Amino acid sequence: MSAQAPVKMKSEAGLLDIWNRLRKNHLALFGLVIVVLLVFFAITADFIAPYRYDQQNLMKAFESPSKEHFFGTDEFGRDIFSRIIHGSRISLQVGMIAVGIAVVFGGLLGSVAGYYGGRIDNLIMRAMDILLSIPSILLAIAIAASLGPGLYNMMVAVGISSTPQYARIIRGSVLSLRGQEFVEAAKAVGSSDTRIILKHIIPNCLAPIIVQSTLGVASAILTAAGLSFIGLGIQPPTPEWGAMLSGGREYIRDYAYMTIFPGLAIMITILALNFLGDGLRDVLDPKLKR
Amino acid sequence: MIKYIFKRILSLIPVMLGVAFIVFTLLYLTPGDPARIVLGDQATEEALHEFREKEGLNDPFLVQFGNYVWKAVTRGDIGRSYMTRRSVANEIMSAFPSTLKLALSCVIAAIILGVPIGILSAIRQNSLFDNVTRFLAMVGLSMPVFWQGVLLILLFSVKLRWFPSSGFDTWATLVLPTLTLACNPLAVITRMTRSSMLEVVRQDYIRTARAKGQSERIVIWRHALGNALIPIVTVIGLQFGTLLAGAVLTESIFSIPGVGRLMVDAIKMRDYPVVQGGVLFIAITFSFVNLMVDLLYAWVDPRIRAQYK
Repeated sequence: MSAQAPVKMKSEAGLLDIWNRLRKNHLALFGLVIVVLLVFFAITADFIAPYRYDQQNLMKAFESPSKEHFFGTDEFGRDIFSRIIHGSRISLQVGMIAVGIAVVFGGLLGSVAGYYGGRIDNLIMRAMDILLSIPSILLAIAIAASLGPGLYNMMVAVGISSTPQYARIIRGSVLSLRGQEFVEAAKAVGSSDTRIILKHIIPNCLAPIIVQSTLGVASAILTAAGLSFIGLGIQPPTPEWGAMLSGGREYIRDYAYMTIFPGLAIMITILALNFLGDGLRDVLDPKLKR
Repeated sequence: MIKYIFKRILSLIPVMLGVAFIVFTLLYLTPGDPARIVLGDQATEEALHEFREKEGLNDPFLVQFGNYVWKAVTRGDIGRSYMTRRSVANEIMSAFPSTLKLALSCVIAAIILGVPIGILSAIRQNSLFDNVTRFLAMVGLSMPVFWQGVLLILLFSVKLRWFPSSGFDTWATLVLPTLTLACNPLAVITRMTRSSMLEVVRQDYIRTARAKGQSERIVIWRHALGNALIPIVTVIGLQFGTLLAGAVLTESIFSIPGVGRLMVDAIKMRDYPVVQGGVLFIAITFSFVNLMVDLLYAWVDPRIRAQYK
């Protein structure tokens, strides 16, 4: 995944062209529809969820799925369907903010390393190699363990642990762009390095960043759910899918639906993001295809 | 070749130091006073002070780090558990065989299934088999390990009662954890084999092999697979690291006494030396596996071997 050839998005073709090509990929389209739906749920959770996510009713604990409670109720009589809808907000938030952190830091480090080369490059990339030699969920666990549990700490932990991958990809793109004429032209007219990186180089390596981010949101959500599952992530009563799943495990023998539905929500989300990311990769950046 | 191996082993040293530094810094920054955690709330000020002096907790950060590395290198000592007061290195070493057994059985299962499926998928590109395989591989990649584990327990031990849901002594206990954890590497290996084979089967030498009347089996298994192996081997090596890490969740679901569960239990008890020791240990193992993979390249690919002669 190191050096990629630059991909130029022609502005005249632009978004319409991407859309036209993406439309032909049914799986990617399916992914896109699910992602749009999830965003819709996340935004309108307060209105469309039939119950509040923390509304307890001990008289109705452990009710199987019914017309009143589509996905049943949990040990406190909370409506699982409503909690899953509210949970989409948490998961998307964690996924996007964690990836945002990784893209910003990884982008900064990667473009500086690729653009300046030499000793700075060496220093930055060796540091990234060190981080990469710790499997990312373990790094997230270590960071989360020292920051303590919580939503924001989890975002930071997941974000930092995926930074090196972005630094690598962006460095690769920058390296291949650095020698091109338009960069030299910009230098010749006296543009500053910062301006060249921000205005000329970054826009030209957007394609791999977009692809990697889409797939990255998926793996960030998965990592975050894993952290919550082992108790390092979000604390109750926040309706996080991984935490709900973990809570339902105790009752698996009698009330399996408590773990089935949150897990299904995670899987569909990840599957949709992966299909979309794969489709985007084929459209934006055929060279990245693995 | 020997020079190359030596050079690669030397290059691991700075990486290991870096990992140790990160791990140590995280431990250092963790809120909470180790003396209090070990001695409890009832401890007197003097006892706490004495403990800090004895454990070197009052030393400056870099001195503490230096001592940590020194002890780790000279005595293999990476601290003591806050809870059991046993040496972290011993705890990890007694847990590691279980983790290794699980990871190996997953890697083997994933290779045995993944490589043939990937090859079939590639030689029948766009067939029904290929499409179903690709879809299932994507599902496999999207399955949360912990959910899958819980579902398998529900189906095979609660409902069907075929396999036990916990323990790690007989072969039967290995089945469900392997099914759980092998799914992801299986998907990755299948996808990689497929795409790597697709690239190779279009090459001229494959056409040559066919043209001279070589049987299809030899063309695929020797000529094509031989040349498609490098990315597959790479991805298997990377998967091994992911497996060691993935074991953290799987082991705690199936109550397997491995490094992963040791760490999860330690997280719950805020026993940070064990957590950090576990991370350090897995990172080192991961780096060694990747080194092995690099050396394996030279073995599978004569073109690479020639460079080091």
